Amino acid sequence: MALLARLGLEPAEEEFYAAQLGGILAHIDRLREVDTEAIPPTAQVVPLANRLRQDEPLPRLSPEEALANAPEARDGYFVVKAIQDSGDA
Amino acid sequence: MATISELHDRLSRREISASELLDQQLARIEEQEPRVHAYLRLTAELARAQAQAADRLFREGGPVGPLTGIPAAVKDVLSVQGVEVTAGSKILAGYRPPFDATAVARLKAAGLVLVGITNCDEFAMGSSTENSGYFVTRNPHDPQRVPGGSSGGSAAAVAAGEAVYALGTDTGGSIRQPAALCGVVGMKPTYGRVSRYGLIAFASSLDQVGPLTCSVEDAALVLEAMAGVDARDATSADRPVDFLSELEAGVEGLRLGVPREYFQVEGLEPGVRSAVQEALRRLERAGAELVDVELPHTDYGLAAYYIIAPAECSSNLARMDSVRFGIRDESAPNLFQSYLRTRRAGFGPEVRRRVMLGTYALSSGYYDAYYLKAQKIRTLIAQDFQHAFRDCDAIVSATAPTVAFQIGAKVDDPFSMYLNDVLTLGGNLAGLPGISVPCGTSGGLPVGLQVLTPHWQDARALRVARAYEMVRDAA
Repeated sequence: MALLARLGLEPAEEEFYAAQLGGILAHIDRLREVDTEAIPPTAQVVPLANRLRQDEPLPRLSPEEALANAPEARDGYFVVKAIQDSGDA
Repeated sequence: MATISELHDRLSRREISASELLDQQLARIEEQEPRVHAYLRLTAELARAQAQAADRLFREGGPVGPLTGIPAAVKDVLSVQGVEVTAGSKILAGYRPPFDATAVARLKAAGLVLVGITNCDEFAMGSSTENSGYFVTRNPHDPQRVPGGSSGGSAAAVAAGEAVYALGTDTGGSIRQPAALCGVVGMKPTYGRVSRYGLIAFASSLDQVGPLTCSVEDAALVLEAMAGVDARDATSADRPVDFLSELEAGVEGLRLGVPREYFQVEGLEPGVRSAVQEALRRLERAGAELVDVELPHTDYGLAAYYIIAPAECSSNLARMDSVRFGIRDESAPNLFQSYLRTRRAGFGPEVRRRVMLGTYALSSGYYDAYYLKAQKIRTLIAQDFQHAFRDCDAIVSATAPTVAFQIGAKVDDPFSMYLNDVLTLGGNLAGLPGISVPCGTSGGLPVGLQVLTPHWQDARALRVARAYEMVRDAA
């Protein structure tokens, strides 16, 4: 689960969280007591209709502003680490 | 502590300038901060410029409103253009939003003087501010105790006189619970009242922005300045905004629902219960009718909340990917390792727990058993409130089952921490407006009275809270 959530945990941490989450899930399992067969799920809590707008461009961030917080940027692009390497991927 | 309207009067009469008021505020912060630790960072330079702009308006007879020149604080989850905002997390260290949250932009337009950014639990996940990635904020009433959370820095700042008002956000009680524990007023509006644009999202179907203040009238004034439809948040509602005209209408003839289940929750302290019961007696003497109501699915609220909120947060926090903002572990040999190592370095224990819990609840094969089930329970909880509101105009209870607890008392047992939100999270699951108003003490520590009302009846919640404030202060 940690890997699926992209959290790089150490084995000892995995055990620590597994124990804690087990306790929380045990409480959550109480939901099974409730018969919800005929109950619709809540999709939105306050009834609101879709709000549409004209398909017109609005003021937006400049590329410089959008990139200003990036750990690494070059030539108007975000720079990411290589997808593949020859190491311990 | 001076209220917004008192300070506004002094500013209008030119007894004090906004710049002088700011100087006093900064001096108070300097004096209190070593004890309270409410602020992650101060924005004195920005405040200075805003105070000077306010002074020009007062001097030249320009348009001034009740908030013009009033020093205030903003929780570290709302975007302020050019100011470091980190959601209480190491993973966003150094992040400077390129735009203002709508709530912040509207307050700026109303004359905000922003003195600083307040501490909070990381990504607003917590009930004590102990989950901050930076430090623990102290309760001004007892520095060995927590201020509540997640808007603990905002509550502590207002309680210690380090800001006249502060903004918080409330996903399961994160405005109301710290307000209760610090002895200030805190209001979560109806879901959709205040735009969430520019709010660093925790759980998008539950999050609302709201004020923490010294008085109910102040809460109404701040909410009035922030509320209203915003084209940048499709869930913001196009509803009339008027929180002041019925504020002083009193409770004569109003039916206040007392939910039996809310007075039987696990861990409700006797001193909290008796303070709230005394508050209800006073409201009754002021002309309210107390009626018994039932919220039969209360017991399941916590479990449903701890599926829905983590599920939404696991999705929202996927954007913390070391690419567009925040920190990056430069030792990673490739992109995948960059995700793993950066998120490991940047997220604290509570965020890790909730991201894993949410990922699990949404994963293939478990979705129906957890997320869909929780959303059905949510429907039942919302129906409980609808049924209860047939018999009453507002629902009243304690805000939190306990007073402020000792720092460290609950950190090793996440579930006991979650129980502190058991009386507030129903309001989020159902999208209701709710306010916490101080109602006496237990063992010398503040207790909060919560008032919940139907959708869009924010003004009625404020009215009941104001009526209580009057009978409390008259006693």
